[in-house]
Amino acid sequence: MGVKLLLEKAHVEGIRTFAVYRKEGGYKSVEKAIKQMGPEAIVEEVKKSGLRGRGGAGFPAGMKWSFIAKPEGVPRHLVCNADESEPGTFKDRYLMENIPHLLIEGLIISSFALGSNDTYIYIRGEYAWIVDILETAIEEAKANGYLGKNILGSGFDCNIHVQRGAGAYICGEETALIESLEGKRGNPRIKPPFPAIQGLWQRPTVVNNVETLAAVVPIINMGGDEYAKIGVGRSTGTKLISACGNIQKPGVYEIDMTISVEEFIYSDEYCGGIANGKRLKACIPGGSSVPILPANLLLKTAKGETRYMNYESLSDGGFATGSMMGSGGFIVLDEDQCIVKNTYTLARFYRHESCGQCSPCREGTGWMEKILNKIEIGKGRKSDIDLLWDIQRKIEGNTICPLGDAAAWPVAAAIRHFRDEFEWHVLNPDQAQKRNFGLAHYAEPIYVPAS
Amino acid sequence: MSQFSETQMTEFKRLVSRYPEGKQKSALLPVLHLAQNSFGGWLSQETLDYVAELLNITPIEVYEVATFYSMYNLKPVGQYLFEVCQTGPCMISGSDNIIQYIQEKLGIKPGETTKDGLFTLKTVECLGACGYAPMMQMGKTYREHLTKDKVDAIILECRSNAAANN
Amino acid sequence: MSEQPLFKVTIDNITIEVPAGTTILNAARKIGGEIAPPAMCYYSKLEGSGGKCRTCLVEVSKGSEKDPRPMPKLVASCRTTVMDGMEVKNITSEKVVDARNGIVEFLLLNHPLDCPVCDQAGECHLQDLSYNHGKAGTRYEFQRRTFKKHDLGEHIQLHMTRCILCYRCVFTADQLTQKREHGVLDRGDHAEIATFIEKNLDNEFIGNVIDVCPVGALTDKTFRFKNRVWFLKPMNAHRNCPTCSGKVTLWNRGDEVYRVTARKDQWGEVEEWICNTCRFDTKNASEWVIEGPREIDRHSVISQGHYAGNIGTNKPTETFAAVNDGRQPQLLMDIHSVSDVNKPGNTLNKLNGPAHSNNFNNNHD
Repeated sequence: MGVKLLLEKAHVEGIRTFAVYRKEGGYKSVEKAIKQMGPEAIVEEVKKSGLRGRGGAGFPAGMKWSFIAKPEGVPRHLVCNADESEPGTFKDRYLMENIPHLLIEGLIISSFALGSNDTYIYIRGEYAWIVDILETAIEEAKANGYLGKNILGSGFDCNIHVQRGAGAYICGEETALIESLEGKRGNPRIKPPFPAIQGLWQRPTVVNNVETLAAVVPIINMGGDEYAKIGVGRSTGTKLISACGNIQKPGVYEIDMTISVEEFIYSDEYCGGIANGKRLKACIPGGSSVPILPANLLLKTAKGETRYMNYESLSDGGFATGSMMGSGGFIVLDEDQCIVKNTYTLARFYRHESCGQCSPCREGTGWMEKILNKIEIGKGRKSDIDLLWDIQRKIEGNTICPLGDAAAWPVAAAIRHFRDEFEWHVLNPDQAQKRNFGLAHYAEPIYVPAS
Repeated sequence: MSQFSETQMTEFKRLVSRYPEGKQKSALLPVLHLAQNSFGGWLSQETLDYVAELLNITPIEVYEVATFYSMYNLKPVGQYLFEVCQTGPCMISGSDNIIQYIQEKLGIKPGETTKDGLFTLKTVECLGACGYAPMMQMGKTYREHLTKDKVDAIILECRSNAAANN
Repeated sequence: MSEQPLFKVTIDNITIEVPAGTTILNAARKIGGEIAPPAMCYYSKLEGSGGKCRTCLVEVSKGSEKDPRPMPKLVASCRTTVMDGMEVKNITSEKVVDARNGIVEFLLLNHPLDCPVCDQAGECHLQDLSYNHGKAGTRYEFQRRTFKKHDLGEHIQLHMTRCILCYRCVFTADQLTQKREHGVLDRGDHAEIATFIEKNLDNEFIGNVIDVCPVGALTDKTFRFKNRVWFLKPMNAHRNCPTCSGKVTLWNRGDEVYRVTARKDQWGEVEEWICNTCRFDTKNASEWVIEGPREIDRHSVISQGHYAGNIGTNKPTETFAAVNDGRQPQLLMDIHSVSDVNKPGNTLNKLNGPAHSNNFNNNHD
């Protein structure tokens, strides 16, 4: 049983209400932060904790906080990114639905640390019922003196507002989110200037993921050094993983980043193995945009070492033989799944979600989708596979925001590791309509030459 | 032309009050949600102009936003809007079959509305319920772990609700 | 302004000094020639423009003197400011050339091949760009994107299929008019320039969207299908206009004024905005004071049959020495050692009849 810092109390009866949450030790960290520490000390603790952004990029949160500009007389803002839209990811939803006060508590401390008097939660529009849950929690916190004017007699005022998006994956990108929060189209801004200098309404702004902000609570409670002891290397603390696909027990799990991928998939504490007695074929370990890995490379690195569920181990081998922790959206594919079709639906997703602002993404995502569809329905050619490779290569790194990369990587990884399946689709168009390529050699042990 | 009722106006004012003076445009997304809910589940051009006037911004600013986000319906939709997810994780859990089944059951294709105006079927991209796939959104709620039986039950539920309200 | 520090920046091995805050693109434009990256969306006179088309991507191989690390990705030179000691590679970078070819392919992917009937042909930036960086033929096998037609009124014709979404016209409307009426609707590959409800664009300065459009998406209805730009003679002219500067370029054939545009500089950017009255409603040559022929880049197709610049008595200013820092071309071979034709001593007009090979044999004894 690993350490649980975020979801430990998530299933206590009535934890959604302030009374129960408080009884279970909630809002202790606010008192500690405001009465005993100060803004600088909080930032220092978060830095010491080694907490990395949980939205996908994994940027150290404390460092992000320390970048915020503090010009005289200009208000600053904290924005909570709850626009969880990466396919495979539903961890923030789980946290907000089950234990909303944890997020509110984290937001209060973080707002205090950053000097944000008006903090916004930007939540994806489809999570409409969670808006009510959060607003109720905010009202309760306010009624009990943890929000509003002069919190705990400190002279610090803070209000939290919940803003609903309206269906746009791109608004998970922080500058697109800010644009959307300003009532505009979700077109990412061209950086610099970075939000820490000019963000919401041109004011210094920090945008953090839900899980990141919730993690501030245990960091303040236990101290940054203690928090940093959990986990391994630069992967400190706990991480929420949302597991889905062909597994026995899909759901959200809190892990302490010392367990192996194999244990995560097969142990009964987590995914409980592959559903229906099938075998593991492939997995996208960190949300749809990170590289897909065949079973053998997922469980072991190219060097033949055990792969663990943490930032470093999952990216071991770079994109050639590794992947990324990303947002923690863990998508498992069994032997019956078709990689071409899966890649096609992801390409369709990115085409649908491209904002259309810059040309490589606007044109390239649609092109990739069309070619993948052509291969999927049995009308592809072998040269189409090379063409796909060339298109993704020309999108990657050349766009305004990371959506271009996010669209390019799944296609690149699918071709890199499953080229034989693409070729089989092309060479056996009739067969490909009736059955899937299957497991081939993807689950065989990897050959590691002695060095 | 329809206008916000008194309670809707109160909600409108609450939404605008969350932003600094002069930044009322920030309320545009929530206000459009409010308008869509208030005026029959979709946004007509009159509604968009009305929102522009309320927020004191130009109509084109509202049109640009309303057409960007996928949740705003710019055409009338049925009383019950089935938005079925079809992205990767749902696909590998069998969303294609569910979409196919709803099509057969209701006799409409994605993007169409039944003749009685009750149902609209839409295919959408990832809604963040990948662990509970296949799923669809209906109004404010998610319907998850869909099976053919569940789809039957949902359709029946909608029909009887509609009958009860008439 | 004069107190701003000067930053040294090296672009494609050429070093210049520019004031801090200058973008890489503008520094490169100071050097000029091929060193200046192409720009399809950036427009120096429109605040906030740029960054979208990605044709101006360059490689920063050294960040600055203080922090010499290279930048990990190619950057949009129009939106990246120079640092002191920065080193930039444009045409000397394989990565840039490769990426730019890709961008051109993306821009052309859904662009119709209707140049033969497009009024912009001959002065189209996308045409120039694809001529310089593109490939003949396309790898795209699918149906090209089309849009529903929109009517923008009696002056401006919108061809959405040609649009590359540079947003310049949106910035123009925002910055030159009180109330913008058109914008970018929808998203992704279906984003389009439109008014949402059918509406005439009739602001006094809205005609400038035609001049800023890099392609033939917005064209002048009063000039539509009337003539090709390379058959017309551009002339600088002005008039006393109560609304704008009145400084324009007239595009004439004989005495007839076919169209009126703003004057454009060497980067294709408008020098001074003009009003709709000058542009659309003042087409009598007698209403204008003609200043003289408009200088057009001699590489442009418009300078064909044009009487300023290289044709006639004027020598081209771009001599080899001028573009090569004063270095004269090296003589690789003296042509006279192998041929007698055109030997300095032979004066053809001294011959009585038509020149004959015998006339040149004499010198060969």
